[in-house]
Amino acid sequence: MGSKRTSRRELLKSGAAAAGGLAVLGQTPASGQPASSQIATSQAPEHDHASGQVPMIKGTKGLVEYGERSHFVTSMRMAHPMGGRPSPDMFGKTFHIATPLQDSVGVITPSSLHYVATTRGAFVPDIDPKQHTLMIHGLVDRPLTFTMDDLKRLPSVTRLHFIECAGNRHNGRQKNVQESHGMTSCAEWTGVLLSTLLKECGLKRSATWFVAEGDEEVKGASSMPIAKAMDDCLVAYGMNGEAVRPQNGYPLRLMVPGFEGIFHTKWLRRIKTVDRYYMNYNDYGHLEKNSKEAALAFQIGPKSVITKPSGGQQLPGRGFYEISGLAWSGGGAIRTVEVSTDGGKKWNRAEIKATPQRMAHTRFGYPWNWDGNETEILSRCTDEIGQVQPTREQVAKYWNVPFDRSYRVPGLDNSVMPWRIAKDGTVTNGLA
Amino acid sequence: MGSLRFVAIALLLASPALAQSTYGVGRTPSADEIRALDISIGPTGEELPAGRGTAKEGATLFQAKGCAGCHGKAGVGAMAPALQSNKGQDLPIWERGRGTSGWMILPLTAPSATIVWDYIHRGMPLGREGTLTADEVYALTAYLLFVNKVIPEDQVLDQQSLPKVKMPIGDDYGRLPDWKHGAPRLQGYNH
Repeated sequence: MGSKRTSRRELLKSGAAAAGGLAVLGQTPASGQPASSQIATSQAPEHDHASGQVPMIKGTKGLVEYGERSHFVTSMRMAHPMGGRPSPDMFGKTFHIATPLQDSVGVITPSSLHYVATTRGAFVPDIDPKQHTLMIHGLVDRPLTFTMDDLKRLPSVTRLHFIECAGNRHNGRQKNVQESHGMTSCAEWTGVLLSTLLKECGLKRSATWFVAEGDEEVKGASSMPIAKAMDDCLVAYGMNGEAVRPQNGYPLRLMVPGFEGIFHTKWLRRIKTVDRYYMNYNDYGHLEKNSKEAALAFQIGPKSVITKPSGGQQLPGRGFYEISGLAWSGGGAIRTVEVSTDGGKKWNRAEIKATPQRMAHTRFGYPWNWDGNETEILSRCTDEIGQVQPTREQVAKYWNVPFDRSYRVPGLDNSVMPWRIAKDGTVTNGLA
Repeated sequence: MGSLRFVAIALLLASPALAQSTYGVGRTPSADEIRALDISIGPTGEELPAGRGTAKEGATLFQAKGCAGCHGKAGVGAMAPALQSNKGQDLPIWERGRGTSGWMILPLTAPSATIVWDYIHRGMPLGREGTLTADEVYALTAYLLFVNKVIPEDQVLDQQSLPKVKMPIGDDYGRLPDWKHGAPRLQGYNH
């Protein structure tokens, strides 16, 4: 081993020698090319590991400044088919972009793979943080305007939180978990608690709601209860250890943990505290006849999905597999996850992989020996306040409506997702 | 002089009643700065700017501003959400409130006419948001409320009259629940 390491180091001592070494092996240096050109696997150099020589990635200025994943890793986001609208469209506007959950490990979604949604096809604002401010006014003793520098002077918090789009609905036509569940992601968010800012402004007792507004072309606005603002809302400037990405609200995003994605106001420029519900732009879509249905489109219920094995994947044969998946809830932390490997007859307690965080994706695993027979695998979760992820039949029963395959769960669809395993090991959508 | 001193003492006495800021970070925005950004219109209409408009003016603007291009000549039958119901007025609002695409018809089902004004003002026209004047938004709101038979054709909409428009939905819509830390999203549902 020692000698091998030395020889590599010697090889890297001189750029010319390194390039020569690669040329001898008949390979194309992968570095120095734009990342996009590295995505196609067909461009991957053929490695001859048998010779004991692994090709090297040459250091470039670009790679010194900002690292890249291996060109062997090809996991990508995709335009979410919801509404059948392409992203980007012919004008360069984006709408819905889904995360490749089938490739996910752990609980953090890399910022480059975080899901994106805009209320309608839109450009992403290109905001100069030096020009950007957050104004808080309305029912406060002292309206205040904060610059980005001001916000970074205040006490900060760092928390893991998922976001999920209300359009993250699974149906029988979807082929894989990216299509069925990819409109949710989880990141580590850093910023100032909204309660800190509202106290600094001297929040008046008469304030019962607040309106948060973004800086995109429609100045998208949402109304939310003050109780939520004072509980755990976060004005975030950090995402996964760096600045929030433009597609996710750079330079400032409101986090409303556990509420539907649309409330997490991107490019946050203003918060007004008020004494009644304002039904502004983003809120109009929540108009429902029934107050029970309106309630379900607010805080997200407990939800989980198996990401491996999942639709489009292939089990090479019978034997051991760790079933792996994600669970989350708007009601708090995940308490338990159960997995069934026989179509829902028997439920087994899954292992939770780390301390579950409130309103964060939680990774679970379940050891499974596949006997090679056709079956269906499912997961369900329970959160810290005892809410249980339902089957569609259970939801239909609650609403006292007849159940059939086309049944649409009210609010964000948090029902159980089945994956079907065929005898040949192919995994397909169990709702199909 | 005496009254000035009295005011000064009164201010000194009054100030402890306001909780003091903890960090002293951030600056006080001017009244003009607040006014310029204060565009979310609540149901009382207190944020509405001065201006006026009628359905007749709105009908002209609906064609001139390109609204008809996406929403259809009379606000129906094109790719953008329908803006006029073609169902009988005797039907309950929730039975005539959706367009063929399934979207709610905003100028018919909004619980307050201020919502229609707010939506047009911040969101329209597509790609040229923020270019309509206050008068134009009042006029377009009046036109859309008129074609849905919510207001008469000659009614002038302005800061005072817009919030008073009686919307056909009345109280027939679901209110959002009181949100509490650690509470289920819907009492008795458990999912």
